[in-house]
Amino acid sequence: MTDVDRHEHAERSTSSVERSVAAVWRIESAKIVATLTRMVGDFGHAEDLAQEALIDALKQWPTEGVPRNPAAWLTAVAKRKAIDGWRRQERLDDRIAVIAHDLEREQADAADADPWDPDAIDDDVLRLVFVSCHPVLSREARVALTLRVVAGLSTEQIARAFLVPVATVQQRIVRAKKTLSAANVPFEVPPREEYADRLSAIFGVLYLIFNEGHAASSGADWMRPELGEEAIRLTRVLTALVPRQRDAHSLLALMELTAARFPARVDAKGEPVLLADQDRSRWDRGRISRGRAALAAADALGGGRTAYGLQAAIAECHAIAASVEDTDWDRIVVLYEALGRIAPSPVIELNRAAAVAMATGPASALRIIDRLAASDALRGYHLLPATRGEMLLRLGRREEARSEFATAARLAGNERERALLEAKASE
Amino acid sequence: MKFMLIMRADDSGVDAYKEIPFEQIIESMGKYNESMMKAGVLLAGEGLTDAEEGFVVDFSAEAPLVTDGPYGETKELFNGFWIIEVSTREEAAEWAKRAPLGPGAFLEVRRVTEMEDFPADNEWIQKEEGWREEQAQRSQQ
Repeated sequence: MTDVDRHEHAERSTSSVERSVAAVWRIESAKIVATLTRMVGDFGHAEDLAQEALIDALKQWPTEGVPRNPAAWLTAVAKRKAIDGWRRQERLDDRIAVIAHDLEREQADAADADPWDPDAIDDDVLRLVFVSCHPVLSREARVALTLRVVAGLSTEQIARAFLVPVATVQQRIVRAKKTLSAANVPFEVPPREEYADRLSAIFGVLYLIFNEGHAASSGADWMRPELGEEAIRLTRVLTALVPRQRDAHSLLALMELTAARFPARVDAKGEPVLLADQDRSRWDRGRISRGRAALAAADALGGGRTAYGLQAAIAECHAIAASVEDTDWDRIVVLYEALGRIAPSPVIELNRAAAVAMATGPASALRIIDRLAASDALRGYHLLPATRGEMLLRLGRREEARSEFATAARLAGNERERALLEAKASE
Repeated sequence: MKFMLIMRADDSGVDAYKEIPFEQIIESMGKYNESMMKAGVLLAGEGLTDAEEGFVVDFSAEAPLVTDGPYGETKELFNGFWIIEVSTREEAAEWAKRAPLGPGAFLEVRRVTEMEDFPADNEWIQKEEGWREEQAQRSQQ
């Protein structure tokens, strides 16, 4: 082995340990931070301690090897840091004595044991999710905190996924922790009267993460599927934490059924392919069957379909149809009508119009769209002129259609989508 | 990305496994499966019955030959599998390391192909398209 070889070998093994550390962190971070929060009482402080332990791991594991139970190692190091901190602040009291005692006993126990109480850890992780998605935080902060703390992504990974500078994500997280601390947000599952709202805030964050992967709102990529996959994984975690909640299963169904189409949504050159033109043999059958099973699980809980459930049912109609012509558009129209009643929104109305166009024809759809345009509710939304353009085109009103596509192209934030609309405007 | 964790055991592993009380196996496997389910990574998993119950279809001869029993000369037996969905190879390795298995047991970890492994302009698809065009032209002649 030459010196160069040896050097390269060392570098390779360092980076492979780093990747292993990252993998351990992804699996364990939520449990570690939850356990530490329970211990030190403050979520922000717990997160700092966990991150410091992670830095120690990155320093020590490449030379000393990955410990047999990495989660126990990380938790023990973080706990020790907490105690050292208290000692420095001379806040030695009974609480610290108890923790120090626990720590010693843990080390004496088998090193393979989990560093947390298996019966309590799920509740602690759920508390952690509630804190990360707390309403005192901005939407961006909730997303950043959930991805970092619950999903175990690094600040760099989050920044890359959202196309923002690393410093921006760091700031969001620091500020979020300060906000939570200032608001004295307790580490608990919310009381019954708040429970439903707080849970729907969690699902809102997960859906936001999924949608950012599903239709990147800015930048050059049409989709960032990793974010979509991360959102799906987190939603599966939620279905295990709150298995009696319809929305957990409904949202999972919606995500799986939508993500099933990811492999067909861009062509070999990375250009977007619309639903009608997608090669359906590329749709992910596994995701479709998992999505349908999740929807069935939601339905089995009773109580009718929620907004996520109805959207999942619409996605299911597409997923099981062999072609656009073969799609049950009447059923999709009915589902959109039901959705409009539960969660009225101009975007849903626009989607209903598109389904009506398929079920009964472009003329009736155009009437819905014109009503929407007159209400001004979707001002600046590129899909309004884009859909109107499609209807006009199908009615043979080519000139008007071109002008709608040109308007849509000016409003589109995604570069690839804009190019597609510009092409239609000059056809 | 998806990985398949393929459980294999050699003779010593199979024998050692028979020594462990069935309930203990069920409990440890149950815990392992539950941990992957709760982490949102488990897509599928099955255990296989005794190899004695199985049979082999051999394609060496012109016609496929069905023979009873385990794989003759093979020294290792497949006992079951999991399919997990994770973001990196290392994460798959981390989950594999946690399987409740002992000496004589092995987990082979293989990535499952995805549609993305077969690009839309795949060489074979192009070849097939060319061939179809050729056929169409010939039939017109």
